[in-house]
Amino acid sequence: MTTALTIEQAILDAIVAHARRDHPDEACGVVAGPVGSDRPMRHIPMDNAERSTTFYRFDSKEQFRVWAEMDDRDEEPVVIYHSHTATEAYPSRTDISYAGEPNAHYLLVSTREPEQTEIRSFRILDGVVTEEPVNAVQSYMFGQSPSAVDYECRS
Amino acid sequence: MAIDVRIPTILRSFTGGAKAVSGAGDTLADLLTDLDGKHPGLRGRLITPEGGLHRFVNIYVNDEDVRFLGSLDAKLNDGDTVTILPAVAGGALGLTVAHALRG
Ligand SMILES: [Zn+2]
Repeated sequence: MTTALTIEQAILDAIVAHARRDHPDEACGVVAGPVGSDRPMRHIPMDNAERSTTFYRFDSKEQFRVWAEMDDRDEEPVVIYHSHTATEAYPSRTDISYAGEPNAHYLLVSTREPEQTEIRSFRILDGVVTEEPVNAVQSYMFGQSPSAVDYECRS
Repeated sequence: MAIDVRIPTILRSFTGGAKAVSGAGDTLADLLTDLDGKHPGLRGRLITPEGGLHRFVNIYVNDEDVRFLGSLDAKLNDGDTVTILPAVAGGALGLTVAHALRG
């Protein structure tokens, strides 16, 4: 199990833009990546079926479609994100009790400050929350940190 | 009467790591009882002690959420696929507060 989330800056920017767009409602979504790669590559904004400032839930129909598509592409949810719009970017007890993807990084974004967006990442396993650093890289092909450089050709 | 059942990562500890298992039953309730015989404990993660569907999971027959098909009474046919997914949900508030607010 890795202890950091490495993610492209452009995807992080898109997640923040989604959270800002839906504010004051909570925004939510997934970043899919190849199974076992731990690489979030494909950003999928999801509907918040609750349309609420304090709660989010993936629409079950949309989730089925997105999960089936990931399955077809040999992908998994590498990142599951949502926003808190009036509180800090830390998992609530509700978030912890629902956390059901053991391989996922749970990314939280807080939009409570208009000028500044707090972004934090967590592992949530069996009710235990472990914070991890977020490493933003320009891209996986030309990563800024050596661990993110990959010269393999992936199609 | 064979139903293909897709198991999410978090519940594969009950199926020896298998991503899909086979089961039988005319309804979802029957299927889960059948599965629990082969994979003890699985049913308990899907159904509450009160006998309802757990809110932490979504179960689908083919591509339809069983909450729209009569829940545990959902009818099954030979060749159907039942998919179990973890519900993805949460929020800024504690569960008790969230449910009180939502009524
Ligand atoms: Zn939350």
